[in-house]
This record gives sequence, structure tokens and C-alpha cells, in this order.
Amino acid sequence: MDPLTWTGPLGQFLDPVFYALAVIFLIAVVIQIVMSIASGGTRVVTNPDGTLSTAGGAYDLSASATRWSGLALLLIILAYVVLGIFGGPAATGIVGGMSQQLIPVWIALIATFAVSITFKRKLGLYGKLFDSTVGMIGFALVMFWVYAGAMAGLFDWITTHESLSQVSGMKNKVPGTPMRGAEEGEYAWYLLGGDNLARDVFSRLFKGAWVVVQIAPLATLFAFMVGITLGLPAGYYGGRLDTFLSFLANLILAFPVILLFYLLVTPEIVATGIPNYMATVLFVFPLIFVGVLLNARYYTQPSFRTPLLIVVLGVMGWIYLSLISDGGSKVAVLPEFLDLFDIDPGILVVFVSVVFVNAPTVFRIVRGLALDIKTRDYVAAAQTRGEGPWYIMLWEILPNARGPLIVDFCLRIGYTTILLGTLGFFGLGLESESPDWGTTINAGRRLLSVYPHAAIAPAVSLLTLVLGLNLLADGLREESLKD
Amino acid sequence: MGLFILRRLGVMLLTALCLTFIVFFLTNLYPNLEKLAKTQGNFRMSDEAVASWLDDRGYLDNTFVKYGRWLGVAPGWVTEKDDGTVTGQCFAENAPVEDRATFCGVLQGDWGFSLVFKDEVSNIVATRLGATGKLMGFVLLVMVPMSLLVGVLAGMREGSGLDRSLSTFSIATTATPEYVSGVIFIAVFASSAFGLKWFKGSATQAIENATFENFTLPVLTIALYGMGYIARMTRASMTEVMTAQYIRTARLKGVSFGNIVLKHALRNALIAPFTVIMLQIPWLLNGVVIVETLFNYKGFGWLLVQAAGNNDIELLLAVSVVSVVVVLITQLISDIGYVFLNPRIRIS
Repeated sequence: MDPLTWTGPLGQFLDPVFYALAVIFLIAVVIQIVMSIASGGTRVVTNPDGTLSTAGGAYDLSASATRWSGLALLLIILAYVVLGIFGGPAATGIVGGMSQQLIPVWIALIATFAVSITFKRKLGLYGKLFDSTVGMIGFALVMFWVYAGAMAGLFDWITTHESLSQVSGMKNKVPGTPMRGAEEGEYAWYLLGGDNLARDVFSRLFKGAWVVVQIAPLATLFAFMVGITLGLPAGYYGGRLDTFLSFLANLILAFPVILLFYLLVTPEIVATGIPNYMATVLFVFPLIFVGVLLNARYYTQPSFRTPLLIVVLGVMGWIYLSLISDGGSKVAVLPEFLDLFDIDPGILVVFVSVVFVNAPTVFRIVRGLALDIKTRDYVAAAQTRGEGPWYIMLWEILPNARGPLIVDFCLRIGYTTILLGTLGFFGLGLESESPDWGTTINAGRRLLSVYPHAAIAPAVSLLTLVLGLNLLADGLREESLKD
Repeated sequence: MGLFILRRLGVMLLTALCLTFIVFFLTNLYPNLEKLAKTQGNFRMSDEAVASWLDDRGYLDNTFVKYGRWLGVAPGWVTEKDDGTVTGQCFAENAPVEDRATFCGVLQGDWGFSLVFKDEVSNIVATRLGATGKLMGFVLLVMVPMSLLVGVLAGMREGSGLDRSLSTFSIATTATPEYVSGVIFIAVFASSAFGLKWFKGSATQAIENATFENFTLPVLTIALYGMGYIARMTRASMTEVMTAQYIRTARLKGVSFGNIVLKHALRNALIAPFTVIMLQIPWLLNGVVIVETLFNYKGFGWLLVQAAGNNDIELLLAVSVVSVVVVLITQLISDIGYVFLNPRIRIS
């Protein structure tokens, strides 16, 4: 079988158009940038709302050139993807092959967008996201990786080969290499080539996405629980408590992150059980948070509150105990038959260190917001009503701080993804055959100058995911500022 | 002002002490010491041999005592063996009794001895810090003007096409960690895959002889990640200034747009980015570690990885002291500088 090219037979027609449009688009962008700096002297029109804008002229011409060539470029890319779905690798090359493998993701994405846009007026802030182009692009990028990761990780849908199986003769092969001696029913190509252990880069990429998509949001959520539970009282009460907690937060922030990782994640430290003890402390914060949250809300109705708290804290406590207790580790409080699940110790350590690094920043943000909001009138009104301090913190201050917190949550997931990649890049925490992106980049960088494809694929994926999260945060910020 | 600086210095000292103690505690945990004994002595040591090796060198004492020794406030360890030879932390084996110093710690200027590099810690750190200083200097030289330019250009006309494209660019750079951009740069500009062999993928030679060819990629990689954040802050500051009353007044008086930006807006808009740039420097340290590992540039970041990977206790402590001091000093400078640059705070 012949090796695949990037766009296959279809590319013979589309590629020249694509390159021509790309060149035109780049030239148009450069002209537009130059024009917008130089066009300070063009005709200025006063709009009815009092703002000023330039009208007509060469600048507008260059702007519309950019817009139309950009649109055409987008259409061509769309054509590659859509034709790829039907053509498959034989007719449309590597791009088509990948596009065909990703069919379930495309369906899920289209369904999500169709439903969300139809009902966007009833969906609050999430619905408003679909008013901003930047936000939609970001959301699409993020959801692409979420769906792709979940489908590859849970159902084995997208991947073409086993992520750990090595095929002889495929070591360091370039993208599109046909598999030697492929049997009936096996996928006949390595779409993105083979890595230095002759494994399929494409399949590992999406298996790795599942690791990232699972850990990053969950770790961020825990960091937020810790940050909120400590930040609200620090900002609201102030005084000694604030000084002490802020000092602790600054202490952790002054640590170089990589040194901290090296100190926490090496096997010797893991053997002492320090990460397990840290997990014990850090994972208790969601319990405290939910307990206080519900108690503050319903303490006037004890007949309702007490059973509610018993059920909720009971379930959460069980999950907490099975999370921290692990057969071989230092912390094993729960007997084996009650232990719901065991977390891989490597993942637990990575999780704990990422939460530990992120929590102080969240603490500072929440503290700042609490300091600002506690001077508002509705807080004074609640105090006059005689509400308790925790009620005010969790049911008056926190809901009013949600805008900046949601935006920061998105940004922080991106930052956590970067941190996870950093850990993988230094070979810390996860095992060396783990398909996650940081570890794969680390494995691929040794042969970077000869066979860059094994490292570039995860690098670009990480870039798009984090970029998506940043754009999403930007869109959310814009939309939440509008009202 | 004086009191403010004094109090900040006090907090800094306390922070540095706490942090070095944490590093000290973590590196002196028994499994780490066991590994140290086995790498220094021999890998087939029995548990008793490990214990006596560690005991002879004072490693098994109380952590606080050991920390005091490292600081130079507790007397160094002295061990008298059965055959009468006396070894100690602060003197060579056969030094005469009157030449034996009692204290040897950081306060006495003795940073210890690196067991991996077989050299004085202070020497190693000074050389490597010099190499990283060169890298950081170039990074700042590229990053600061570029990011200010991008931020000012984006912020002077909020919502324009230029603003949107530059903002997207800044977001894209903040979303590209060093290990991603470095990998892409090497693949595109230094590998045989694309055929653009413009630069070198390794900066090992750049320590002695930095050329355009071997130093561009590492500098660009670090600068790019830091740039986006500073540019966005500059943009925010610039848009705020551009909507201020005095700018409107200047416009109404007929001052040209170029003059408004350069003479009226820029000076006020650059106060906030100063703080951001200072606070960004500690973050660059992270980038330095990644880039020095990726490009094999043997500077301070490379040293940190080596020290941490080999549990070279005294070297690791010195490295963490230096990095913590960098963080705290940049924070102090940014606070003082902000007060100094901003007349509204300075005069009140």
C-alpha cells in the first residue's frame, strides 16, 4: 500500500487554492495592520453614541479583504474536513482519515451547538456565550477535546490502534505510513506516524486527551474549593486570620513551581507518604465547603437540615475516605471491602501537587473579591437582618463574585493543563508509557531534530486546548461584563 | 516609606527562612538520605551501614539542629571514630585542633559542598547564575519592548481590527507554554523535517559564545510566553487611559492622534505594566528551567533540575534560596516602584 500524503488525491485540486488563499490572507492581514497604524489621518465620523470611528477609505478596503479571504480559507478547511468524512484516507489523505475517525466528535459538537444556539436565551450566562464569536470558537475547541477525550477513553471510538501496542517496522515512521502486514479489520495506516517505540501517535494523542481532560478540571475544582473555603473568611474577617493565611499563600507562591514538583513527586518523597497526607488535608475542603454551605442555608429548619447534612456528608465522606485510602500507601483508614475505588498513586500525587500549587492563587482572588464585596449594601442589609457570618460569605458574597470566578476557573483549567504538561515534560509523576501529552512531548523531544512528528502532535493539541480555554474565558468575561 | 521597606524586608526574611526550612525538611527525609548514602557510598550497603554512614556525617540529628548548622547558628557536627580520627563539618580530617571552626553555615559564607558536581556550591551557583543572567537579559531585551508595543498598539483604539488581531495574538502566546513553543520552533526552524535549518536546536555552545544562530530560539521561546500577559495588561492600562477625561480634552483641543498617544497617554499607561513586568520575572524562572532543559543550556534552571533530580541537598538549598530571593526582591521592587512612579500615591 502507498504511504498517505496529507490531503491525498483531493489535495491535487484543493491544495493550490488553499495555498493561494493563505498567501492572500496573510498579505491582507499585514496590509490591514499597517493601514490601521497609518490611518490616524483618515476621515473620522462621530457616531450617534458619541464614539469615533473611521469611515470608508483604504483601511476599510483592507479590512474587508482580510474578512473575505479569511472566510474563503475557512471554507476550504471545512471542505477538507467534510469531504474527508466521506472520502476517508484513501481519497483525502491523512486529514481525511483523521476527519473520518473523528465523526462521532463532529456529530456531538454539531448537536451541542445546535441545541445551545436554539435555546440560548433560556440558558443564562452559558447561552450568552453564543453571542460572542471568540467565546464560541473557544467553546468549540474545548468541547472538541472533551468529546474526543471522552470517546477515546471510554468507548475506544476514535483511536485506530492500541495506545501501547508496538508494531515492528513502524518505529519513527512519518505520518501516513501504511502498516506493514496489516491484517483484515486492522486500520491500515499510522495516521500521524509512529513514535520511537513504534506506537501509533494518533491513538496515543486521543488516549492522552482523556487523561488531561479528566485531571485538569477536577484538580482546578479542588483548588477552587480550597481557595474559596479559606479565602472568604480571610477577606471577610480580616485581621490576624487574614495575615496568617495570606502569609501562607505567599509562601507557596514564592516557591518556584518546578522545584516544588521535584520535591513532592520524586519516588523517595512518595514513599514517605507526604503526598497522601497532603491529599488527606486538601480533599477535606470540599466536605467542609458543602457542609458549611448547607448548614448556613438551612440552620433555621433543623428538621430538614439534619437529615440533609447526614446524607450529603455521609456520601461525600465515604467518597473522600475511599479516595485517600489506598491499599499500599501510608493512609489506609478504610477497610478493603468498604473502599469504593483506588486511584493510581502516580495520578494522586500529580493531582495533589497541582491542587497545592493552584490553591493559593485562587485564595488571593477570592480574598480580594470578598474584601471588595463586603462593603456593599446588601451585605450590610444581611448583617442587619442578623444573618450569620458564614451565611453572608457563602450566600451573599460568593454568588455575587461568581462572574470573575467563572472566568478565572476557565483560565485556571488551562493553566492546570500547562502544569500537567510541565510535570510530564520533566518525567515526574505519571509513568513513562502514559499517553498524556506532557509525557509524550518529553519522550519525543530527544529525537526532535530528526523525527519531530511524535512531539509536535501532542504539543499542538495542548496548544489548541489551552487556547480554547483562554478564548472561552475571554468570551465569558466579555458577556458577563455586558450587563 | 522607610518603615514600609523595613517591614517588607522583615517579611521577606521570614518567608525565606520558612521556605528554606521546607526544602531542608523535604530533602532530609530518611528515604532521600538513604538514596544519598547509597549513591555516595555504595549501592549494596546494608541498612546498618547506611545508618552509620549517615550518623558519621551528622545526617541523623534533629532536623532543626541540622537546619541550624546549615544556617550557621548551631555548631557543626564532629564525629570521633573508634580509631581516634576526628572528622567534622567545618574542618578537614587532619586539621590541627586550634584551626577547627565551630560554625560553618550560610551566615559564615559557607554554602556547602555539592556531592554531585564535587565543587563548592557557591562556585557552581555563581557560574550558572551568570549563564542564566545572560539568557534572562536577552529575554527581557526582546520581551519588554515587544510586549509594550503590542499592548499600546492594541489599546490605543479599543475594538478596532488591530486591537482584535493583537489581542488574539497575545492570548495565543499565553496559551503556548515554553515546552510547546520550544518543540514547535525546533521542529520548524532547526529540524530536517521542514528543511528550514536557520537556527540550532541546541544552545550548549551559547554559554561561551552566544550567536544569533544558537541563542535565538531559547530567547524567543521564553519571551513569547511572558509576552502575552504583559501585553494584555498594557492593553488594559492603555484602554483605561485612553478613555480618561484629559485625553478627551486634548482631542477636543485638536491635538493629533499620534501626539495624544505618545505624549499624553503613554506615560500614564506604562505605570501598571512596570509592576506586571517585575512580577513576571519570577515566572520567567519557570520558563528558564524548561528552556534550559529543552535546549541543553547549562544555566541555573539546568542546575535546579540536576540538584533536585540527584537530591544534592546543599546545592538544592542554595538554588532555592536564590530563586526565593529573586521572587521576593522583584515583589519589593514592584511595590516600591509602583509607589514611586505613581504621583497619586507618592504625594498622598
